[in-house]
Amino acid sequence: MRSLILLAVLAATPAPDPYSAARARMIREISADARVTAEETGRPAFDRKVMNAIGTIPRHLFVPENLRGAAYANRPLPIGHGQTISQPYIVALMTDLLRVDRNDVVLEVGTGSGYQAAVLSPLVKQVHTVEIIAPLAQQAGARLQALGYRNVTVRHADGYNGWKEAAPYDAIIVTAAATHIPPPLIQQLKPGGRMIIPVGGPFATQSLMMVEKTAAGKVRTRQVLPVMFVPLTRPKDH
Amino acid sequence: MKTTLAIAVISGAALAYEILLIRLFSIVEWHHLAFLIISLALLGYGASGTLLAIAREPLLRHFSTAAATAAAAFGATSLGAFLIAQRIELNSLEIFWSTRQFGRLFVLYLLFAVPFFCAATAIGLTLTKFGADSPRLYRADLIGGGTSAAAATGLLFFVHPVTALQLVALLGFTAAFLFATRRGAALALALGGVMFVVAARPLAFPLRMSQFKELSHALRVPEARIVDERSSPHGLLTSVVSPAVPFRHAPGLSLAFAGEIPRQVGVFTDGGGMTPIVVEPSSAEYLDYLPTAVAYHAGIPKQRVAVIGAGGGSEVLSALVHGAREVTAVELNPQMVALVRKFGGPYDDPRVRVVVAEARRFIRDSHERYDAIQLALVGSHGASAAGTQAVSESYLYTVEAMTELIAHLRPGGYLVLTRWIQAPPREVVKLLATVIAAQERLGGVASKRITLVRGWNTATLVVKQGDFTPRELAELRTFCDDRSLDCGYTNEFNILEEPHLFEAAHALLAGGRTREDFFERYKFNVRPATDERPYFFHSFRWSALPELLQMRARGGMPLLEWGYLVLVAGLAQALVAALVLILLPLFFTRHRGTPRNPEEPEEPTWRLILYFGSIGLAFLFVEIAFMQRLTLFLGHPLYAIALVLSSFLVFGGLGSGASARIDDRKARAIPLVVAGVALVALVIVRLLTTAALGLPDPVKIAISIALVAPLAFVMGMPFPLGLRRLAGSDAAAIPWAWAVNGTASVLSSMLATLVAVHFGFTALAALAAALYAVAAAR
Repeated sequence: MRSLILLAVLAATPAPDPYSAARARMIREISADARVTAEETGRPAFDRKVMNAIGTIPRHLFVPENLRGAAYANRPLPIGHGQTISQPYIVALMTDLLRVDRNDVVLEVGTGSGYQAAVLSPLVKQVHTVEIIAPLAQQAGARLQALGYRNVTVRHADGYNGWKEAAPYDAIIVTAAATHIPPPLIQQLKPGGRMIIPVGGPFATQSLMMVEKTAAGKVRTRQVLPVMFVPLTRPKDH
Repeated sequence: MKTTLAIAVISGAALAYEILLIRLFSIVEWHHLAFLIISLALLGYGASGTLLAIAREPLLRHFSTAAATAAAAFGATSLGAFLIAQRIELNSLEIFWSTRQFGRLFVLYLLFAVPFFCAATAIGLTLTKFGADSPRLYRADLIGGGTSAAAATGLLFFVHPVTALQLVALLGFTAAFLFATRRGAALALALGGVMFVVAARPLAFPLRMSQFKELSHALRVPEARIVDERSSPHGLLTSVVSPAVPFRHAPGLSLAFAGEIPRQVGVFTDGGGMTPIVVEPSSAEYLDYLPTAVAYHAGIPKQRVAVIGAGGGSEVLSALVHGAREVTAVELNPQMVALVRKFGGPYDDPRVRVVVAEARRFIRDSHERYDAIQLALVGSHGASAAGTQAVSESYLYTVEAMTELIAHLRPGGYLVLTRWIQAPPREVVKLLATVIAAQERLGGVASKRITLVRGWNTATLVVKQGDFTPRELAELRTFCDDRSLDCGYTNEFNILEEPHLFEAAHALLAGGRTREDFFERYKFNVRPATDERPYFFHSFRWSALPELLQMRARGGMPLLEWGYLVLVAGLAQALVAALVLILLPLFFTRHRGTPRNPEEPEEPTWRLILYFGSIGLAFLFVEIAFMQRLTLFLGHPLYAIALVLSSFLVFGGLGSGASARIDDRKARAIPLVVAGVALVALVIVRLLTTAALGLPDPVKIAISIALVAPLAFVMGMPFPLGLRRLAGSDAAAIPWAWAVNGTASVLSSMLATLVAVHFGFTALAALAAALYAVAAAR
């Protein structure tokens, strides 16, 4: 299945890919950053499958044409309509934290460019993604289809209510900020499932909020800092 | 006479322009950016001195044409620059990621420098031409500015900022009309001006707002539409309904809530900081699942409640839903109150009393005590996380404010404070430190009187008048458990990766050396804010900068504090620009072809810089220090700023006029007199803000004016006296002095804030006195 998707991606991208060097550089950069963080936090480096997915997806096809030159820089980019495509490092971290496997069904709220859905596509069984801004939903749908991501479905709808017909989900990823976690999303999360929400401004992800539903149905949140910034240095030895 | 009037008009127009630009940029972009762009653009003032120094002779030969042209150019470019700026796509949020945005920002500086340059050229040229008459001309300059500061603020209550901008442009053309000596030319300028201003109006609408502002997001959603828009100096209020994708504003809502959020009308202030008006109050069950509801679930029944910063009124509704018999809603913006009434919010309920007032003012004037005081959560999470307000004064989150609030609680009453949680925590920790300091001031043991209720994105501090009883603590616990909230620094439902909050609370409550150690070691400045340094939102520490920059790509960048860094960056850029663009050219042209009086020794350059630089810096230092101090005294930021600014300029103008009668020998001592008067006034203003309160408004206003008048009067003298002396000895140096003074004023406004953030307002005023002493010693 996965190799089929990869084939489809390769078929859709004219070879030789002029961006492959830039993409490889981006992957090295993310890995290096992840290693540094891993040393400091003890959190393991990113899953290889996640890095492979990011390493194969033509990110330049998910950004506006005039910004393609910066597509593989480790930074967020504006994609119009007040939305952004997330920084690759944050995409890697969020995807890694979801701990998905190939049988999972995932819901994404806020499709945006479709990049995050594309990253999830080879890792899971099915991605359902919801976008409220009509032109974005339509563009992302067309883009994902053209690139051959057969297991991604895009819907133009209000993400607050999730996507009831396909629920429950093993994992949910919310890219649009809200003042609270929508109750319907918690309901549509499987026991044992995880939900990830980035917190912060459009060009400034400050932390990630992970919502865990235990097997018994209890819900807890966990704050994950993308960065290992220790606000308190321990007192010097007395 | 006509020329003097022209000076007053153009000076007033330039000052009003400044006020309007801040207003307009706060709407289309963000306030901190507005501050940066306008501060830099004001360098146009200094640059005009450079032009005058270089082209002094030809400009003086064609004085009236040159001055009229400059004034008309102000009229055209003031409006024109804004229209062009609206078509430049600046994305300030991207600035740390993209150098392209720096280029655009630079273009904006230059663009807005042009109108200020034109206005200043007209004024500076007149001062150069009639140097001996400086006291009278400078009087017109200051009085024009002073009148316009008050008028512009008043005008904004009645007209849209764009309309006000058109009027400012018209003022420019009016000044041109007055400067022009030939009748035909004068009429042509006036007519052309009116036609231009009228024709430009359609180009200004609709205002193009940054695509990343909250309002832009809200309006992008299908079927969302604006149902009301009203504007005042408090801000542009835009009310939006969104039937297809309803607003569901409920910060900190418990994960245990499974119901629906009732219909809300979203009210945006300057396109951001959305506050909801709940339209169907019958189904307000969700309010019981907000952390702020904790007040009603523990301790004594909360029958009398005050909500501070009531906004759209959801906290007021919450108090009513929870059985309060009397709710006082305190809101500064009268238009907000009107909107809540219009859309069916809770302000018409017979149990609700609405007080339109600033929070500190309300609490100081209030003779009542409350069972609960709620400080509503205002502003967005993003703005709070980015620290855009870092250098904005807030007299609500200071130790003095908290002390007064706790003192207005009935025994057993709760003060409930809610803030967004940042990662790592800053505001919550600082607020905790602040309420601890307040409880200690009131003689309580803080650890027995303060607790924390925490969700995943908000934290609510509960501060009690008295010690928590075991029963109350159990009730608090039940409230939290039922709603998956963490209570009293636990880490159970909403798990923080690092126990920063626990460590902070532990150290702060321990007091003494442990607390001091914590303040020293924490990588953010979380020492309590005070009335003397009311910068609650400022938490940046330079020592953390290298680490943050190193982790730029891994999430370190968003931890930078925008408001403060923008200020520092602005100051640095202004310094460089001042040196390169203004002072350097002047240095080279200083001695070229200057017909000076051979009897008198030439004024050494460094002396000129010292004298005009010192008084330029000091004027605004004093003005800002007193403006802040009197804001607290008068209890209304907007009116206080308008009143103090106007008083300083008008009385400064009168002083300037009166200085004509002072001979040169005595003139030398004037700056020393200013320093002395400033110090005396400083002592009085400190006494006023700590003691004489609860006076009726007219008395407070009279006291403020009586305090500012003599100070401003003497402060208006050193500049024209300096110019007059130059006119007699070294007339070619007048443009020089104008440039140095203009440049110093620009640096001064930014430097003043920086000094206040780090050392407080008293230090700022004292520094100003010292600068006047330096000017006297030159």
